[in-house]
Amino acid sequence: MDEKETIAPQKQTNGKSPDEIVISIKGLKKSFGSKNVLRDINLEVKRGENVVVLGRSGQGKSVTIQCIVGMLTPDEGVLKVLGSEVSELDEKELKELRTKIGFLFQGGALYDSMTVRENLEFPLTRVLKIKDQAELDARVEEVLEGVGLADAADKLPSDLSGGMRKRIGLARTLIVKPEIMLYDEPTTGLDPITSREISELVLDMQKKYKTTSIIITHDMECARITADRVVIMEDGVYIAEGPFEKLQHSQNKTVKDFFKDVS
Amino acid sequence: MENDIAIPGWKKWLEDIGDQVTFFTRFIRNIFAGGFEWSEFVRQCYEIGYRSFTLVGITSFIMGVVLILQLRPTLVDFGAASMLPKTLSVSFVREIGPVIIGIICAGKIASSIGAELGSMKVTEQLDAMEVSGANPTQYLVVTRILATTAMVPVLALMGDVIGLFGGYLALNINDHMSLSLYAKKVIASLEYSDFIPAMVKTIFFGFAIGFVGCYKGVNSSKGTASVGIAANSAVVTASLWIFVIDAIAVQVTSLLYYS
Repeated sequence: MDEKETIAPQKQTNGKSPDEIVISIKGLKKSFGSKNVLRDINLEVKRGENVVVLGRSGQGKSVTIQCIVGMLTPDEGVLKVLGSEVSELDEKELKELRTKIGFLFQGGALYDSMTVRENLEFPLTRVLKIKDQAELDARVEEVLEGVGLADAADKLPSDLSGGMRKRIGLARTLIVKPEIMLYDEPTTGLDPITSREISELVLDMQKKYKTTSIIITHDMECARITADRVVIMEDGVYIAEGPFEKLQHSQNKTVKDFFKDVS
Repeated sequence: MENDIAIPGWKKWLEDIGDQVTFFTRFIRNIFAGGFEWSEFVRQCYEIGYRSFTLVGITSFIMGVVLILQLRPTLVDFGAASMLPKTLSVSFVREIGPVIIGIICAGKIASSIGAELGSMKVTEQLDAMEVSGANPTQYLVVTRILATTAMVPVLALMGDVIGLFGGYLALNINDHMSLSLYAKKVIASLEYSDFIPAMVKTIFFGFAIGFVGCYKGVNSSKGTASVGIAANSAVVTASLWIFVIDAIAVQVTSLLYYS
């Protein structure tokens, strides 16, 4: 890496040590056919930290977080999440780990045959096995208020705009109170104002729920708002990392290309 | 990707067989895994059964009418017009009813399941369910396969009754027969060996329709075109399976009852 900067602003971390490494990736490699998507990924994320991964499309940014959550199996390397080596977990252990990780998909991935309320109750009843309707209602109301859509509970996903779907998707992942949040391009396809609102919401939710986050994006405004640390990816490796403000003045050509439109 | 090695067709076919076996094993394991999704199962029974009833009813009614209209001239030539209720009931209950209703259900239900799950795959809903720690097989696959397995025999039974009633109305276009006499003749001409194997094979039809629909939907590729491909492939494969199961069922029935 051309540039490295240790950042560790003390954050609210739910009473757990802010120096604890919750995600540790060493020498991660992943290929699809003859295409080496991840060539040598190394990353450590501390508890409560927001790491933004910037990179052009098709560089393997999403593949990294899919490996973290066990959707893809890496070809080589060590990937530890909350102290567990993901590739060594059996089905039950992986399922348990996943209850501690929230994953926000690009389109929100709302279950379109269910209302917003049913979407939000789904992980509570199926994953956390909560049966008490009063508790379900309280949690649903809490997250809906958190994302500013308190009156959307009985709407279907098809009645929501792109920004609202993202908010509800975020609410559905946060409702189980995960320790780690993985965001796959949270602002893609949204207008600049809504993108900014979503970015600020991501930051607010991180503060409220004290999550550790990896945010995959190529939206510089989103990176500026949400990042404690930015990692830049090119050709399957991380070429630079550090705080947004530091990378903004980098002399590296690829990094400069990313930041050239940032005022 | 110039270094990619082309996989021969027979290897892909074997891979697909292996995937289907894995899918079937996962389905069986999830039936007994606990936490059965009763509410979703009931909803699927309603979607699959009740919402297919009109189509199955109309088709069966028309089939009953057409069969009587086609059979009558031949049987009249042989002076066997009185055999019309028996001929219709045996042919309809044993073979024509279950197969036609099976094909109708394959067209309506397998395509609908294939398209729904394919669309969920494309929009990452299946991935979202899986990474949340929920069990998409238990919620989506087990309920749909069991619902089709339960509802197709019910639809076939209702289709038989409606088809036979259609036959009665068609019979009264040219002849006159009271409904009670027609019903007596139909019941007298049917034996358990006509009815039970036919109902048993519709259970397998229902399973094949649900299984193929779910398998094609869950294993569809990413991209909107794949939703159409999954739906189309589900109909074609499920229809083919209905004929294969029917051929096996006829052989087994012959061995059990008529040998």
